[in-house]
Amino acid sequence: MLSRVAERIYWLGRYMERCENTARLVNVNSNLLLDLPSGVRVGWGSLIDISGTGSYFKKDTLSADEKTVVHFMLADKENPASLINSLSFARENSRITREIMPMEAWELINDLYHYIRDRADKVTSRRDRNIILLHVISNVQQFTGLLAGCMSHNNAYDLIRIGRNIERADMSTRIVDVGLVNLLPHLSIGGTEVLEPYDNILWMSVLRSLSAYQMYRQHVRDRVNANAVVSFLLQNEDFPRAVAHCLKQLELCLWALPNSEKVLAAIVNIQHKLDEANLDQLLQSGLHEYIDELQLEIGNLHFKIAETWFLPMIMAQEQKSA
Amino acid sequence: MLKEVTMSEMKIDWQDYHSGHFYDELISAPGRPRPETKHLIQYLASLSGEELQERKLSAELAIKTMGISFTVYSDAGNIDREWPFDIIPRIIPQREWQKTERGLIQRLTALNLFINDIYNDQKIIKNKVVPAYLFEDSVNFRKECMGMKPAYGVWSHICGSDLIRDNHGEFFVLEDNLRVPSGVSYMLENRKVTKRVFPELFENHNIVPVTDYPNQLFDTLASLSPRKSDRPEIVVLTPGIYNSAYFEHSYLAQQMGVELVEGSDLVVDSDDCVYMRSIDGLKRVDVIYRRIDDLFLDPEIFNPDSVLGVRGLMRAWLKGNVALANAPGAGVADDKVIYTYVPDMIKYYLGEEPILPNVPSYLCVDKKQCDHVLANLDKLVVKPANESGGYGMIIGPQASKKELEEFALRIKANPRNYMAQPLISLSTAPILTNGNAEPRHIDLRPFVLQGKEHCVTPGGLTRVAMRKGSYVVNSSQGGGSKDTWIVVED
Repeated sequence: MLSRVAERIYWLGRYMERCENTARLVNVNSNLLLDLPSGVRVGWGSLIDISGTGSYFKKDTLSADEKTVVHFMLADKENPASLINSLSFARENSRITREIMPMEAWELINDLYHYIRDRADKVTSRRDRNIILLHVISNVQQFTGLLAGCMSHNNAYDLIRIGRNIERADMSTRIVDVGLVNLLPHLSIGGTEVLEPYDNILWMSVLRSLSAYQMYRQHVRDRVNANAVVSFLLQNEDFPRAVAHCLKQLELCLWALPNSEKVLAAIVNIQHKLDEANLDQLLQSGLHEYIDELQLEIGNLHFKIAETWFLPMIMAQEQKSA
Repeated sequence: MLKEVTMSEMKIDWQDYHSGHFYDELISAPGRPRPETKHLIQYLASLSGEELQERKLSAELAIKTMGISFTVYSDAGNIDREWPFDIIPRIIPQREWQKTERGLIQRLTALNLFINDIYNDQKIIKNKVVPAYLFEDSVNFRKECMGMKPAYGVWSHICGSDLIRDNHGEFFVLEDNLRVPSGVSYMLENRKVTKRVFPELFENHNIVPVTDYPNQLFDTLASLSPRKSDRPEIVVLTPGIYNSAYFEHSYLAQQMGVELVEGSDLVVDSDDCVYMRSIDGLKRVDVIYRRIDDLFLDPEIFNPDSVLGVRGLMRAWLKGNVALANAPGAGVADDKVIYTYVPDMIKYYLGEEPILPNVPSYLCVDKKQCDHVLANLDKLVVKPANESGGYGMIIGPQASKKELEEFALRIKANPRNYMAQPLISLSTAPILTNGNAEPRHIDLRPFVLQGKEHCVTPGGLTRVAMRKGSYVVNSSQGGGSKDTWIVVED
């Protein structure tokens, strides 16, 4: 597989995952609002904090209203991580890599792109938005299933999965982080004690934004509490959107790729960091900083991958050694 | 009271279909289909305007979903545009096609002998069958290729020849595209779209399938491999996503199951072999189906600013370490002036009479013929020798006086660069317009392969001038296309 194509297909995996994550985030927040009494306000601005696109948002995130934020997250061409842009980038990468994927995969992405493009001005309406976002989520799921079922599980397939899992791990850490920023001030000492009545709902929404609520209940068998939620989303190896699971998947994909030693070593480091974390202690102080470090290491993983397999870095190295 | 005719009551009335004195592919006279098109014509007449419209929409949807697109260079910011397609297929009976097929193979064989001769012994010049200035002045002649002997003596492995029919229905060759002809992916996709839109038609017609082309292309390319291995490494070399034919490059790579590469993916190592940069390291490449022009192939030899090509590629090719299809320099024979000598080449190299005639042509380099052209400019079509895509030509009968005067000056300034042909009446075929059928002019581009063996696509790409009365069928200038059926008679 060509190094140039490897990079494209990796980003295809990332952008498709980003589409789904963005759709989930907005959808969960919309639903959450319906559950809260009119007096309680949850800022839409936290969505912008989660996606890390604050620098592109020209207004104050604290006072940002639903319409502005939703448009920014879904349909704003100036926001590089907006749904429409992620999809458009995914489509460009898929156009460039369509000779190595099943034809239906390109058709699916192409269709989905047209679907969103034609509805970009409808996303601010709550009713239309729900339908549109569910369509996006189910189409990305279909894309994943199509590749699992119809594409050879070769290097290209592994690179898509690597892209997907890095993006997913990154998003899960962000969501936990925002949960902490918004909710931690209310925690009593010990972390598992009395929650403010609506904190409970908010933690549930954190879980829901990752479709993790049901799996969490099955796994934890206890009422929703901060400690268990954070531990579940970071350390659980079975739940597909938990960071530990994403890392495990990355490790498996990497074993199948040539020259992956350096990247594997980096993964093992993150895994240790995750295993050894004392969340009880961190919840009292330092969890936010800990998650920052985790995110940084996930980001570094991307650079290790680029260095090993992607064309620009390889050509730079050739020039150096020549 | 006048009753308003609604869409559902509207049907195609073939009695009302007049193609004038032009040869129409489907209808011989108003209301009278040709024998092999009877089923199709009756079927179309049985559909209501609404049903026809529905089929048309479903074709448009299929084209959008399948992402069949092409690029228009002037269309800033819009990378791709959906492919304009007319749903009524064009039908050619197989017995007629078989003769055309033989003619195309004969022609490409002679052209390849000519190119090989020009770059080696130049016997045809020494024997004074064609004058030496022909290739010496040609912008597509590459002196770097002198003495090269590619596999089987073949330089142009993939050729797209443009055919037209005169008023009597006879096929003529309008031009040969020997460098990087495009359009074959649209031929393949048009068939897929027709199958989605009119599946029932395939029951009543015995249509020769076109799907084998990618396999034939693969076999042709594989036969060129300098290393005799079971699995030669073949790649398609594209200039990238902004090229107007990128869709086709990607499509063919996908269909053949080979890598689609850009210049930056390839590197010529110190052993003068070509390698691609893969995630496993460097991997040797045997055959390159290149879809970039000669002058961008290798910055070491040609355009030094080219970022599309590969440094050292010509070195590797000249040493025989990699095969290039089509070979650099093959374009020397697709010059429109050299075109006029193709019938002579066929006689000279093969000792045969040409099966497919040329369109009669006048060469401006010849004083007498040039005077004739200048005196009759308003009746002729004049083309520059080396342009493609319909650029830089003038259609006399449709040009203004001022345009004619300007063009005459251009001819006088550089007569070698121009040739003229009488305005050949292109045949017509019905297209669907607002629930009715109207005639439009069409041509045909079949694709001919030559490696170890020959292949011709059954039919080819039918291009349509979508504007009424227009002769310009090029997709870059608003042309569309049709599915083309070679039909086996019962």
